[in-house]
Amino acid sequence: MRSAFIEELTRLARIDRNIVLVVGDLGFGVVGKFAEELPAQFVNAGVAEQNMTGLAAGMAMSGRTVLTYSIANFPVIRCLEQIRNDVCYHDANVKIVAVGGGMAYGSLGMTHHATEDLAIMRAMPNMVVLAPNDPVEAKLATRAAVEHRGPVYLRLGKQGEKRVHATDPEFRIGKSIRMREGDDATLVVTGGLLQNTMEAAELLASRGIQAAVISAPSIKPFDAQSLNGSTALFTIEEHSVIGGLGGAVAEIMAESGSKITFKRIGLPGEQFSSKVGDQDYLRREFGLDPDGIALTVERVLSRK
Amino acid sequence: MVETGYFPFNATRVSELARRIRVHVVRMTSRANSSHIGSSFSMSELLAVLYGGGVLRVDPARPDWPERDRFILSKGHGCAGLYAALSEAGFFPLEELDTFYLNGTRLAGHATTTVPGVELSTGSLGHGLPVGTGMALAAKRAGESHRVFVLLSDGECDEGSVWEAALFAPQHKLDNLVVIVDYNKIQSLGTVKEVMDLDPFADKWKSFRWSVREVAGHDVNSIREALGAVPFEAGRPSCIIAHTVKGKGVSFMEDKLLWHYRAPLGDDRAIAMRELGVVEGDLIQEDE
Repeated sequence: MRSAFIEELTRLARIDRNIVLVVGDLGFGVVGKFAEELPAQFVNAGVAEQNMTGLAAGMAMSGRTVLTYSIANFPVIRCLEQIRNDVCYHDANVKIVAVGGGMAYGSLGMTHHATEDLAIMRAMPNMVVLAPNDPVEAKLATRAAVEHRGPVYLRLGKQGEKRVHATDPEFRIGKSIRMREGDDATLVVTGGLLQNTMEAAELLASRGIQAAVISAPSIKPFDAQSLNGSTALFTIEEHSVIGGLGGAVAEIMAESGSKITFKRIGLPGEQFSSKVGDQDYLRREFGLDPDGIALTVERVLSRK
Repeated sequence: MVETGYFPFNATRVSELARRIRVHVVRMTSRANSSHIGSSFSMSELLAVLYGGGVLRVDPARPDWPERDRFILSKGHGCAGLYAALSEAGFFPLEELDTFYLNGTRLAGHATTTVPGVELSTGSLGHGLPVGTGMALAAKRAGESHRVFVLLSDGECDEGSVWEAALFAPQHKLDNLVVIVDYNKIQSLGTVKEVMDLDPFADKWKSFRWSVREVAGHDVNSIREALGAVPFEAGRPSCIIAHTVKGKGVSFMEDKLLWHYRAPLGDDRAIAMRELGVVEGDLIQEDE
């Protein structure tokens, strides 16, 4: 996803010279070409995320479209008050880009996992929250983020994610993308787990359960209408079950008075994991691989 | 346009403006029963020189004029003084100062951009310098000639974000950036020396590759001289350490931590007004 991001951003920045990329001394092998080709639109703020975010707000207040870029929590939680006060409160045109969403940094461990970011960013007034599901959505989300005036949080995966969309789908902030039809269950997925969810839907189909799949790269605003007609609803995310996609959908369902079956599939919010391994291993451990997702759906439906 | 830099500097007029700022601040904080009078008093001369002494190129009729100098009050709790200075400069009517802190006002108890002339909403410390650095960088890269002034408190310099920006600005040769520190030597729970000693303070900024001057922070001539000389060196950001006195201007408030918090009510208010030379028939009338 990060290649799709930087390629699209470079293309946009060649056209719009007001676009500035500010990195927190990270992005080796990713941002080099951008920096070389567009030096006047590139800033390395050093290992100093508070200043990175504050200065991004200052540049945005001077008419620039500014993207801050770093790994996982570094551009998000480390400088949260700068995001709240300088970016969101001033409605500054700053896009916060985190690579390595979820557990993409695998064995590097908990400090490098972004697993509460969606909840925290979603709570910020004025903030749009995007978590694309594959490289195609990453490209389109980058474009949408840059075109949107105001703060955006863009949560990317890392590298080598499978492409799920054969062609560019219609991508709009606040809209989900319907991937597959099915009457028995609806699987809503965000932040890189679309491939696993599509495979889980295949597994379920082979066991006689027809599941619809909705890709939800836009978590805030969220496409509430896309949930209409669901008979049993599952949210799937590489994030704590507290406050992210599951939280967003739970809020909608609770206020709608709906009585349908609902289950959040994600990481337990009660404690940090002590498990160590690569992203696929960790996904399996937390039931976010195709088998794990299918199993949870089956179990919940059998209790209906 | 108040391009005051082109008018001769008049120390008497600027000192009179500083006095008027203090009188406004007494009225505002007593009416609102709000804190931070001492923080406004310590920087009254700094504000008076900036806005009335031919330093800031700003236009009260066009607060968004793109070529204006930017002034950020990073110590947002001193906003009563800033609002008074802006109002005196003509950004909004003096009568509006009477609404400070009250329900429904736009004059919030920390600097806020709903007030004409306020560049950045502040309140949590350590935000102004990073944002000002971004403004200075944007101006530098675009070849624009306006400058960015950021007024910090001394206690604020405990914040790591100040020093992140302090590292960044010289790296990018931001000589269009000026830091002014209101060094009144008292922070929230005690003296700076007791809580988190900043000395050798000028050396810290120098070692971060800033060009530094120290001034007597209530002497309008030395303030004007320093602010008129920025950038002190081409290619480096400038830092002015203004040695000030918390609560300056009213004898019983000077150098007293209590007046970081207490509002001047009753006799305190009356004595303060008298010491600030408020007499019957003055432009700024006693009203309570």
